Amino acid sequence: MSDDKTETLKKLPLDSWHRDHGGRMVPFAGYEMPVQYEGVMAEHLWTRENAGLFDVSHMGQVQLEGEGAADALEAIVPGNISALGAGKIRYTLLLAQDGGILDDLMVTNTSRNLYLVVNGATKHDDIAYFNAQLSSDVTLKHLEDQALLALQGPKASEALAKLNISPMQPDWPVPTDLYFMEAGPFMWGDIPLGISRSGYTGEDGFEISVPAGHAEKLAAALCALEEVKPIGLGARDSLRLEAGLPLYGHDMDADILPVEANLNFALSKARREEGNFAGAERVLAQYPDKADKKRVGLFINGRQPIREGASVVDADGNSIGAVTSGGFSPTLQKPIAMAYVPTALVETGTEITVEQRGKAISCTVADMPFVPHNYHRKPKL
Amino acid sequence: MSRYYTDEHEWVDVEGETATVGITDYAQEQLGDIVFVETPEIGAELEQGDDAAVVESVKAASDVYAAVSGTVVEVNDALEDEPALVNSSAEEDGWFFRLTLSDTSELDDLMDEKAYKAFVDGL
Repeated sequence: MSDDKTETLKKLPLDSWHRDHGGRMVPFAGYEMPVQYEGVMAEHLWTRENAGLFDVSHMGQVQLEGEGAADALEAIVPGNISALGAGKIRYTLLLAQDGGILDDLMVTNTSRNLYLVVNGATKHDDIAYFNAQLSSDVTLKHLEDQALLALQGPKASEALAKLNISPMQPDWPVPTDLYFMEAGPFMWGDIPLGISRSGYTGEDGFEISVPAGHAEKLAAALCALEEVKPIGLGARDSLRLEAGLPLYGHDMDADILPVEANLNFALSKARREEGNFAGAERVLAQYPDKADKKRVGLFINGRQPIREGASVVDADGNSIGAVTSGGFSPTLQKPIAMAYVPTALVETGTEITVEQRGKAISCTVADMPFVPHNYHRKPKL
Repeated sequence: MSRYYTDEHEWVDVEGETATVGITDYAQEQLGDIVFVETPEIGAELEQGDDAAVVESVKAASDVYAAVSGTVVEVNDALEDEPALVNSSAEEDGWFFRLTLSDTSELDDLMDEKAYKAFVDGL
């Protein structure tokens, strides 16, 4: 998952803090980022049982403000943004004019503006694309002076509660009152925080936008709690793989359409009926199950992990698909993967063959998530 | 018995014509938690520098090259059930394979312990 670039790497606001905590820094998305501290396996398991702190400040934080912001964004995403309530978050896809996936992102209606979090490696292209779409009554602000920290795990909520973070208004809820995919503005002393109950691990947790100058103070306060340890990119990748969450640039890209990526839930009903987002005709022609190929989960029969780039092959050894993510699941103690396979092979339990370094490895199509999600969802009435 | 090291972080123990090959403690530390080791076939004839084994961590696969040329005579079956032996005992119980040397002069180009330590310190 490393996206090595020869250009000069940027430093995160927490760069020296990571190094002081034993973080091994590697190039990723144009930044030097901590891939691990004490070890991927230990960090992964810690997050599943306690709470892990991830620095995801490389990701792009963007504000769209103005009367027509939701409509302008809807031209290039298939999510129902105009119907998004205040304080609610939606996962959606940035689509090219041909429907190919340019990025995946989170959109929050803060009630004053739309707050977007996009992938680090794609953020500059995304912003250029947004700017080309937006009319003059919508302003785009790239929040480059904000850091982003994710606190993830079953003890994330009890840890965050210890920080005495207060709402902007006395009668508003505190951070731990938020449900999954809700967000709000808060104060930690005199430091403003934007907190979302969301993440990329499958666990309950929060993503906290903090002014870069205060990020170290917040990271230190969180990691001083017995529930919290810093977690690197290595475990972030194995956690999201277990949660069945695709990684942009690996499990989807501009040549992949949403139905192929198994992201039908991101094509909201109202938007499918309107059919007025970028590439809608091509995207909706595949909906709900008419794509030739689809992203699936795989269990590997045996202990050898299969990796991104390995081929899915037919009985004659011809390539019919590709593995896009693969690794060892620390929770399940066995290898797991994501792959694109022909639609005829997507049923759970289907046996398929993957070829890696000239060796045929037998796999079984598996339900995702591999490890159940543990979100703090709002109870259904 | 003499121990040699390569700049690919392998160690080679030589006793007569037989060499035992593994990866160094420094290498296992860099790789992190090892979850699988693919060892060569017994009988495989390896040339120095050939791909000889694959070591898989949670995150990535890494090749292990043949430090010296020879014919594989034994592999460490214990790694099949307990790949983490490479983490806990890289330079003893976590050995990968044994081969019969085909060209002992190749050993002249390898490092001794002192030279390897200096090499690692310089990284």
